[in-house]
Amino acid sequence: MIVGLENWALARPELFLAAATALLLIYGVVRGEIATAFVSVATAVALLVTAALLFLPYREGTAFASLFIADRLTATMKALVLVGSAVAILMSRAYFEQAKAWRFEYPLVVALATLGMMLMISANDLMALYVGLELQSLALYVIAAFQRDSVRSTEAGVKYFVLGSVASGMLLFGSSLIYGFCGGTAFVQISGALADGRSAEIGVIIGLVFVVAGLAFKVSAVPFHMWTPDVYEGAPTPVTALFAVAPKIAAMSLLVSVLMGPFKPLFAQWQQIIVVASVFSMALGAFAALRQQNIKRLMAYSSIGNVGYVLLGVASGTEKGIQAVVFYLAIYMVMTLGVFATILMMKRRNIMVEEVSDLAGLARSQPMMAFGMLIFMFSLAGIPPLAGFWGKLYIFMAAVEAKLFVPAGLGVLASVVASYYYLRIVKVMYFDEPAEAIDRPSFGVNRVVALVAAFLIAIFSLVPQPLSLIAEAAAKGLFQ
Amino acid sequence: MILQALAFYVFAAITVASAAMVVTSRNPVYSVLFLILAFFNAAALFLLIGAEFIAMILVIVYVGAVAVLFLFVVMMLDINLTELREGFLEYFPVGALIGAVLFAELLLGVGIIGSGSTTVAALNAHGPHVAAIDNTRAIGRVLYTQYFYLFQVAGLVLLVAMIGAIVLTLRSRPGVRRQRAGEQINRTKEQAISVVKVPTRGGV
Amino acid sequence: MEALLREYLPILIFLGLAFGLVCAMLGGSYLIARQNPNSEKLSPFECGFAPFDDARGQFDVRFYLVAILFIIFDLEVAFLFPWAVALGDIGLFGFWSMMLFLGVLTVGFIYEWRKGALEWE
Repeated sequence: MIVGLENWALARPELFLAAATALLLIYGVVRGEIATAFVSVATAVALLVTAALLFLPYREGTAFASLFIADRLTATMKALVLVGSAVAILMSRAYFEQAKAWRFEYPLVVALATLGMMLMISANDLMALYVGLELQSLALYVIAAFQRDSVRSTEAGVKYFVLGSVASGMLLFGSSLIYGFCGGTAFVQISGALADGRSAEIGVIIGLVFVVAGLAFKVSAVPFHMWTPDVYEGAPTPVTALFAVAPKIAAMSLLVSVLMGPFKPLFAQWQQIIVVASVFSMALGAFAALRQQNIKRLMAYSSIGNVGYVLLGVASGTEKGIQAVVFYLAIYMVMTLGVFATILMMKRRNIMVEEVSDLAGLARSQPMMAFGMLIFMFSLAGIPPLAGFWGKLYIFMAAVEAKLFVPAGLGVLASVVASYYYLRIVKVMYFDEPAEAIDRPSFGVNRVVALVAAFLIAIFSLVPQPLSLIAEAAAKGLFQ
Repeated sequence: MILQALAFYVFAAITVASAAMVVTSRNPVYSVLFLILAFFNAAALFLLIGAEFIAMILVIVYVGAVAVLFLFVVMMLDINLTELREGFLEYFPVGALIGAVLFAELLLGVGIIGSGSTTVAALNAHGPHVAAIDNTRAIGRVLYTQYFYLFQVAGLVLLVAMIGAIVLTLRSRPGVRRQRAGEQINRTKEQAISVVKVPTRGGV
Repeated sequence: MEALLREYLPILIFLGLAFGLVCAMLGGSYLIARQNPNSEKLSPFECGFAPFDDARGQFDVRFYLVAILFIIFDLEVAFLFPWAVALGDIGLFGFWSMMLFLGVLTVGFIYEWRKGALEWE
């Protein structure tokens, strides 16, 4: 029989998550809205247990007729995604309660999206890639519009849905061309067909371009970034926090495994595309964010810029490059979650505020909160010796080793420009005349998340080696 | 054979004509009806190349459900017909460009097959032959075993769609009297009636 | 191929007949009947519907939810056809594979039901 027990064992984390979600869905709907708090915490716990199942015991190999693959890289990326989603769920309660949209479906749809991300990361076939991507995207469209009484949230959902469908369409079109020219959808079949000298065929290259374009949309790399600022600004803040973290990491991991797996023989062709997307993303992230007043919008441009740096690591195509990608994504996740936890604490007279000017004089009214934000901003700007600096350093080193001198130089320039707007936030917090004071943050999940994130950044800044070793082991998984 | 060719040209012509009517007709309801006609004819074309399963799915899912949904959307939204027309010329060049690019790629595919580096026979060699097995059965043989994984994920996608549709559109209306069979049956005599001592000439 | 298409020949003949019959009836009434319209004849009689009107009438949003749920179950049914046809070839595993799929959708169905999405109020 094709699907024996060893397949189930390999996909145990995914099966556990699916079963837990289904059970919680039934529990939630039977108990009604009073179960929301329990379902929310239980879903977050289930996500963390799933992350633990990835390593206890750790297994690798392929399953389900080779549609599914598990190795060090997928396990590491899945762990990042799962932790990111779990934290994003825990952070959401206060916001949704205030918005009167605190419903038990939210954590469950996030869990299903996370399941989709895990399947994407584990894809070993174009069809598996597509179903995983659709599961993730469909769930994300729903949660972008989750606050359905808000016009902006609904608009964000519709925009994301329409543009996301176009991207999926491009991906499918490209996949069908590749299938036609390579005679198979499995990654092994594709790399086999390309390795025996068919790489020059123009149909395959057009297919590759379409697939890369579809994936570039999902990671919001320039020129497929247009949806990002609007969706990030319009979606409820905890959803934005999730969007900035989990789907980005998952799509980036997918991009890495598609480019470094089946399309390895076409390295010369895709490297140009990725380098161009990377340089433009870095530049746009740096320049467009300069004038932003809304902090969520600013974070959207910041995330586009960060994707640019990660893509530079992908473009190097070396083991060092992939190691830098994993390292950078882990640090990016911690920083981003910290920033969003702080944004979620920004309330004035119990109403959420999200303009940069609202932070004026924060250092005097809430010194702890301001100090936490200071650490995140310095780290995002890449000021040594903070964690963000190490991340960028690894990326640029890998790029230089791969002889990508010009893109690496442009990347350094972009990060200098970008540091301006990160530092502007610090300036507003510390040197501007105080606006009306921000409420004292109540003790809650967001405060814990911000504290832990700041603490982790401090640790990664002082001792980046352990994380770097984890990233190295993950990158090795791809190059076995 | 001649009948087959004749049927192909008739169905293809109606498909193209009704597709053109979809974008040019003045009333969006007519557009949807022409879309249904186009779907039907496309189903007939699929049947002509032996893809009976896709033909049936086109009729069941697209005509039976998707087109009906389109009709609902068109009827639900208060669309001004003249406003709809306004953007047409503005967007036409972009649309035409995208169409041209897709068409060029189709030609490219045909050209590569024609050039002999890949032949239709070579591409067909991957699947079972159309004449040997009907394609509903061919799909059924692999979908539930070899592609078990994809099939189950498809189930999850449908689950997300269900939850999403309900989360985003279902609103509970206050003040609606619903039938609750359980409560109605469980009602006891004590809950339903009370015996009141009515004093003479006092009323209740 | 030929054999497959021959099975569908009756449908083609049926379509041709239907088309011809419609043409004959409409054309016949146009040619034979006396055409002498005036505005009174064309206006609705007493309480009838206005014959020429905008085909669009506004709907309640709730129909939309029903339609979406219908599509989802329609797709589920679409998966059942090849399964039913090939059940003999795919064995017990194929059977339970479909049961698992239906199980997932049953979870969705329970959710729908309890949420009251299937009630009209």
